[in-house]
Amino acid sequence: MTTIDSSPDTSGDSTLARPLAAGVDWLTSSDHKKIGRILVGAGLLGLLATIVANLLIAIERVDGGAAALDSDSWAQLLGSQRVGLVFGTALPLAAGLAVAIVPLQLGARAIAFPRLVAAGTYMWLGGLILSFVSLLNNGGFGGGDGDMVDLFLAAHGLMALGFTAVGISLVTSVLTTRAPGMTMRRVPFFSFSALVFGIGLVLVMPVLFGAMIYLFVDHRSGAREAFGGNEGIYTWAGWIFTQPSTFLFAVPALGLFAELLPVTFRKRAKLRGLVFGGLSLVGVSALAAVTQQLRFDVPWEGSQLSVADGDDFSTKLGDVAPWAMFHLLPLLGAGILFLMMLFLAKPAKDDDGETILPNITAGFLFAFFGFGMIFVGMVGSAIEPIVDLGLVDTVFSEASLVYVAYGIALGAMGGIVYWAPKLWGHTLDMKKVAPLALLGVAGTILAAFPHYIAGFLDQPAGLVYDNGDLQIWNILVLAGHGLMVLTVMAFAGLLVAAMAGSEQNAVDDPYDGQTIEWATTSPAPTSNFVDVLLITSAEPLLDLKTANDSNTGSAS
Amino acid sequence: MEALAAGPAPAPRNQIVVGATLASVAIAMLTGGMLAIWAVKRSAAIEAGQSWLPSGISVPEVPSNVVLIAFPALCSFAQWAVWASKRNDRSNTVFALGVSAFVALLILNAQAFIWNQMGVAVADGQYGSMFYAITGMFFALVVAGLLFSFVAMFRYLAGRTRERQILIAHAIFWYAMTAVYAAIWFLVYVTK
Repeated sequence: MTTIDSSPDTSGDSTLARPLAAGVDWLTSSDHKKIGRILVGAGLLGLLATIVANLLIAIERVDGGAAALDSDSWAQLLGSQRVGLVFGTALPLAAGLAVAIVPLQLGARAIAFPRLVAAGTYMWLGGLILSFVSLLNNGGFGGGDGDMVDLFLAAHGLMALGFTAVGISLVTSVLTTRAPGMTMRRVPFFSFSALVFGIGLVLVMPVLFGAMIYLFVDHRSGAREAFGGNEGIYTWAGWIFTQPSTFLFAVPALGLFAELLPVTFRKRAKLRGLVFGGLSLVGVSALAAVTQQLRFDVPWEGSQLSVADGDDFSTKLGDVAPWAMFHLLPLLGAGILFLMMLFLAKPAKDDDGETILPNITAGFLFAFFGFGMIFVGMVGSAIEPIVDLGLVDTVFSEASLVYVAYGIALGAMGGIVYWAPKLWGHTLDMKKVAPLALLGVAGTILAAFPHYIAGFLDQPAGLVYDNGDLQIWNILVLAGHGLMVLTVMAFAGLLVAAMAGSEQNAVDDPYDGQTIEWATTSPAPTSNFVDVLLITSAEPLLDLKTANDSNTGSAS
Repeated sequence: MEALAAGPAPAPRNQIVVGATLASVAIAMLTGGMLAIWAVKRSAAIEAGQSWLPSGISVPEVPSNVVLIAFPALCSFAQWAVWASKRNDRSNTVFALGVSAFVALLILNAQAFIWNQMGVAVADGQYGSMFYAITGMFFALVVAGLLFSFVAMFRYLAGRTRERQILIAHAIFWYAMTAVYAAIWFLVYVTK
């Protein structure tokens, strides 16, 4: 054997060794694109598992009076739904997309603290698996098995630590790894949303971890006096599973929507500060989690929202301010993004007098529908606390959570489609993917909107209801979750088929992009860029194309 | 299409310092959240006419005050390490880091002494479980800081004397812990 021969240990075509080595390579990788894809992939699996839990709940609810499951199983199923929507779906999809894409958008060769992100990812994954194990064994909110309840609490502490680590890494990346010339005003919208999201995680997750420490010590020690044991878990930690805390997890999906607006309508986004402000306003919802607000009560008549003679205005203002701050400001932020879309969608002509036609891609369709669903969820969440409407403790709250979580999932799918060339080297077929966006939005509306109506008709949040007229709404919800299963399975199938199919087919810049991730090859190499790029505006690639067009014109 | 112009290599932008600051914010949020719940529970107990501190239990004020005094000293030692490293003063840097670790050990000892003197059981109602939850969390953070001091010291001893950012991060951590303990001291040991 000469010195340049390959080692027989590594060059052998063993059918076991290669997949094993590839698996180890993925699991121990510090490449942010791989870590992000692990989060996104696990998030899609979590989404599927959550939809299955939602389907079981919906099947149970169709016949509201006769439950096939006992009360313990019913409680675990509802717990699985909440855990799945927040920790199994919304958080990993939002975080995964941010981890995979933000360094590319910043012109960085790596994410800050890559091993910390990897550790955070596995803490989350381990925590999620343990929490589902505990839920399957009578743990969770109000669970009957003490050890499994302890496991549930510890698992959530682990997940909170994991997402704190991810948040620290994302924020540090945006603050310290930007390419030369990329000032904060030139940061792409999606990366800015990742900054807001990351700051929110750093503020919120430690508070959740602290609550879990209290609950764990109280429950494990046997005292079970301070927090009511298993029954107190939702009272003291339920704020992370409901609105407006969950709006924070929607910020990257909204950032993606803002990111795709200038690309879709082929214009520069003016008033960038307004978009940054809108995304930040949605991030205000993090403060609701920091202050651990589970419930807002806003009576309409006779109290906060009307001031009669002799009423103390300052007291009323103090009562209504938290609700307005945590519900209306995020809504205002999302509204700003919608106005930006209308502004950019206004017909315009280019230098040659030709009308600029929008380039509507499947990624934009997903992102647009995701934005819409999140917005409807925000509106529902804002009106739910108005006591006079009688929506508290009805299925209305569950519907707004489904709107927000499924909206985030649709947004994340949009991000996967849009950045698939950079992550996998494949461009997904618009004709195959776009119908899935329509199917997904139909599924989300059917899975949530009937429960908005049922909430007004006083269907309680639990399983049983007396009014037979409510059945039709629950059948529609069942159909909606069924459509979502089809959407996610078909989407995952298309993604796997594209990856496993033909050779990598994506060009470097298939969507006429404006930001610098489109300047590198498809798929992006391990260190993202060969050279460190010099940024001169918020749309560096657009500048370059315009300059090239001018040079071509003057030369001819 | 022409490629974008390559820029100069980016200057270091204090990545470890920014990360340490964010970690300190996370620690502050953790403590703040726990102390907020502590205050709510204490207030509810007092409003209900109950005693918050279990009968027969008294807070040993000497060790809790000594810990409060020890923290600024620890910060000054950590800052001394930063100051000395900037002057390439290896012996002073290592000595300052060693003293930082030693003071952290003393703080751990004082906390264990407080637990021993108070004699509260974890299962002693809501006070017991909450007291051990919050002081246990504080104990774990000091252990993490102690490990951080040792890691910083051994890295320096091993010759990585130009990596000063980790020493700045080390100092930031102990500044944050000083603020954390001041809040715990006031709410848990002073207002009782």
